Amino acid sequence: MTKSELIERLADKLDHLSAKDVEKSIKEILELMVGSLAKGDRIEIRGFGSFSLHYRAPRVGRNPKTGESVELSGKYVPHFKPGKELRERVNLSAA
Amino acid sequence: MALTKAEVAEHLFEKVGLSKRDAKDMVEMFFEEIRETLESGDQVKLSGFGNFDLRQKSERPGRNPKTGEDIPILARKVVTFRPGQKLKSRVEDGNAE
Repeated sequence: MTKSELIERLADKLDHLSAKDVEKSIKEILELMVGSLAKGDRIEIRGFGSFSLHYRAPRVGRNPKTGESVELSGKYVPHFKPGKELRERVNLSAA
Repeated sequence: MALTKAEVAEHLFEKVGLSKRDAKDMVEMFFEEIRETLESGDQVKLSGFGNFDLRQKSERPGRNPKTGEDIPILARKVVTFRPGQKLKSRVEDGNAE
């Protein structure tokens, strides 16, 4: 499912809202989530999961083309931990 | 401070002008639609944010950490998240040292 399919499906279910408002809402939700992690805040959605940041220590990398070493500074990367309900529902369908 | 569903709904009320009721339903259904899709075995791709993928894990030996008893960890399906380029760079830039 892509973002545009998600918009379509929600617009079908929330049919008293305009498709435009549904589209705007989904874009706002995603932008709010990106903005939250960008300022270092976690996201906690009960039954779905939580997004947090994991630190990656500085390391010496290598340019694969030239073989030259490059210093890479430490950085934060987004991490998702599925919540209980999501874990169980996904797994039930596998059983 | 963590972002929660209540705050996302409040944001939709303010920014999109949805009623409080619709804003709450929208947030609930947004996450439910993603859960349902994953439950049905499909991947979810949200450009600019990231992809939720499913991975099949095979059974592996495990142990009850309390009793030390050997018990197999059963085969299962798990959700993994791969952040998209935009999310990765916004997080990196926003949290630079």
